[in-house]
Amino acid sequence: VSGPKERPRNVLVFGATSAIAEEVLRLLVADGASVYLVGRSELKLEAVLADLRVRRAAAQVVEGEIADLRDTARHPGLFESAQRALGELDAVLIAHGVLPDQGACQASVDEALDAVAVNAGSVLSLLTLAANLFEARGAGVIAVIGSVAGDRGRRGNYVYGAAKSFVATLMQGIRHRLAGMAVRVITIKPGPVATPMTAGLAGKRLPMSEPRTIARGIVRALAQSNGDVYLPGRWYWIMLAIRLLPERIFLRLDI
Amino acid sequence: MSRQLLSWNRQPRIAPQAVNVLYDRHAELPHGFSKLIAYGNGRSYGDVCLNAGGTLLLTRRLDRFIAFDSRVGSVTCEAGVLLGDILALVVPRGWFLPVVPGTRFVTVGGAIANDVHGKNHHRAGSFGHHVLRLGLRRSDGTELVCGPSQSPDWFSATVGGLGLTGLITWAEIRLAPVASEWMIARTERFESLEQFWQRSEALDASWPYTVAWIDTLSARRGSVRGLLSCGRHAEAGEAARAWRDRAWRLPVEPPWSIVNPLSLRIFNAIYYRRGIPHRNVALHHVPFLFPLDQVRNWNAIYGRAGFYQYQCVLPRPGARRAVHQLLARIAAAGLGSFLTVLKTFGEDASRGLLSFARPGATLAVDFPNRGARTMALFEDLDRIVLEAGGALYPAKDARMPASVFRAGFAKADEFSAFVDPRFSSSFWRRVMP
Repeated sequence: VSGPKERPRNVLVFGATSAIAEEVLRLLVADGASVYLVGRSELKLEAVLADLRVRRAAAQVVEGEIADLRDTARHPGLFESAQRALGELDAVLIAHGVLPDQGACQASVDEALDAVAVNAGSVLSLLTLAANLFEARGAGVIAVIGSVAGDRGRRGNYVYGAAKSFVATLMQGIRHRLAGMAVRVITIKPGPVATPMTAGLAGKRLPMSEPRTIARGIVRALAQSNGDVYLPGRWYWIMLAIRLLPERIFLRLDI
Repeated sequence: MSRQLLSWNRQPRIAPQAVNVLYDRHAELPHGFSKLIAYGNGRSYGDVCLNAGGTLLLTRRLDRFIAFDSRVGSVTCEAGVLLGDILALVVPRGWFLPVVPGTRFVTVGGAIANDVHGKNHHRAGSFGHHVLRLGLRRSDGTELVCGPSQSPDWFSATVGGLGLTGLITWAEIRLAPVASEWMIARTERFESLEQFWQRSEALDASWPYTVAWIDTLSARRGSVRGLLSCGRHAEAGEAARAWRDRAWRLPVEPPWSIVNPLSLRIFNAIYYRRGIPHRNVALHHVPFLFPLDQVRNWNAIYGRAGFYQYQCVLPRPGARRAVHQLLARIAAAGLGSFLTVLKTFGEDASRGLLSFARPGATLAVDFPNRGARTMALFEDLDRIVLEAGGALYPAKDARMPASVFRAGFAKADEFSAFVDPRFSSSFWRRVMP
């Protein structure tokens, strides 16, 4: 059993100024949804809010506030202000994250723990609040932008991958817990996307998707999916092959 | 980079040392020593947006709206927003951009930096006439806000300034009211240049948009034939049909040019007969103003070698004679194009020190790149343009020598004082070595 197959009307977005989230927000607003944005940088958040306010129709709410999501004590307040602005929420999208330098994580445990606090710890807190909210209501959509990096640990980015894997497992559990209710729990797993976060990877011959392409897939998923959603879809098959590789072969590969 | 960043005519094929995607208009310019130039949507035809050995600043991700005032009609947005995105926002609310070039896939920053013009130049001037303010980020870390009355010296350097005065980060643009997204268009045939000048003058007086297409091959037969088309925005209810964008792409990009003397003759003959003479018809603004946008990758028809556009402006009174000479020389070369456009410019002086549009007439001709033959033709055309006191359009140029630039842009030295020390382009190094 999964949630209602409906386009969400009132959406709370964390990490709203990330390149992918911004494109998702444009599509949601073009579709008539009201949105509440949480971002870290005030200038960036103001820029995205202004853009969406130009694009919206008169009746749509476009509000937001800044927050450092590592400060989990603020999380309940963010849900409250979003509900004050939008009324009843029907979807929560968690899109914030950092891509730490793997070398730096190996050299400094603090560096690694800080990345884990952002990518996993803060998401655990937000997911707990979202799951409790939608469990009480009996309906809703929870979506997190995870990563294909969470599907199998690789030497190039396993601290990032482990946090994403933690989030994917949390989402599985929440999906299990809320199965039978009209709540959909979606883990988005994009392949590499050309965003500021991955700007340092340019030139490494990675085939990068455009944020807009991924955003279209996310909006489609918000309206109808449940479970894991690989974007673009071919990443399902690529990651299936990578997960199925026997360890003794995997260890010899330079991927 | 997996895909080389080229301009629309795919020439020259030169590579920057670095490519930097800009996401945040508040951010400082990238540090370092290499020269910077903004690259928007790659719709200029040449090297004003290219930077061999330097850094390209990709502006397409600076694509946020900042404000839209639907009461007075103005829009403020980041420099990477496409004119087409602005039209999609404002046309349903009764507004239009006062000036649009022949494609809606140019960025606001590019439209300002090249001070582009459109089919309504005789009424509305060029794009820069409608820019109320703009933000200019300099390499010293400052952001200048300038407009016609605020730092006007920086404004006149930046409008038409080819992106050299710094990075244009945002702009506020005045809009023009329209009652419909449709237009009323009318096409007339002309069978000589004399007839063109005569009818053009008459139609310019009554139509806001006018432009002529010329059958370059006809000049070989002695008299130049073509189509003169004019248009205006429709009144409410005058044309109220639904319109669907039926754009398509060439499925295969030919390795060689499919524009050749035979295909040209066939195309020109068909196109000339296509015109519906002397009758007003309702046409959506996209096919009227942006006909080539309907084939998204039309530049591919010239093959991998690409093409050149030769666009000049010829001031009065020598314009008529010069147009005649240019067309005769082009016809003699047998290198004619399917896209040859002739338009009279209005009397309004452009705002920019390096603006191209000026009173007179402009002729634009596309040529497949045939190497030395094409270059030799251009040198002959240059002589005619210089003799007439004209200039070539930097936005459409990949080859003009420094002497031709100097002759056409009298304020080049005055302009140089405003060039940001970190900014340069392949174009600029060629014309101002």
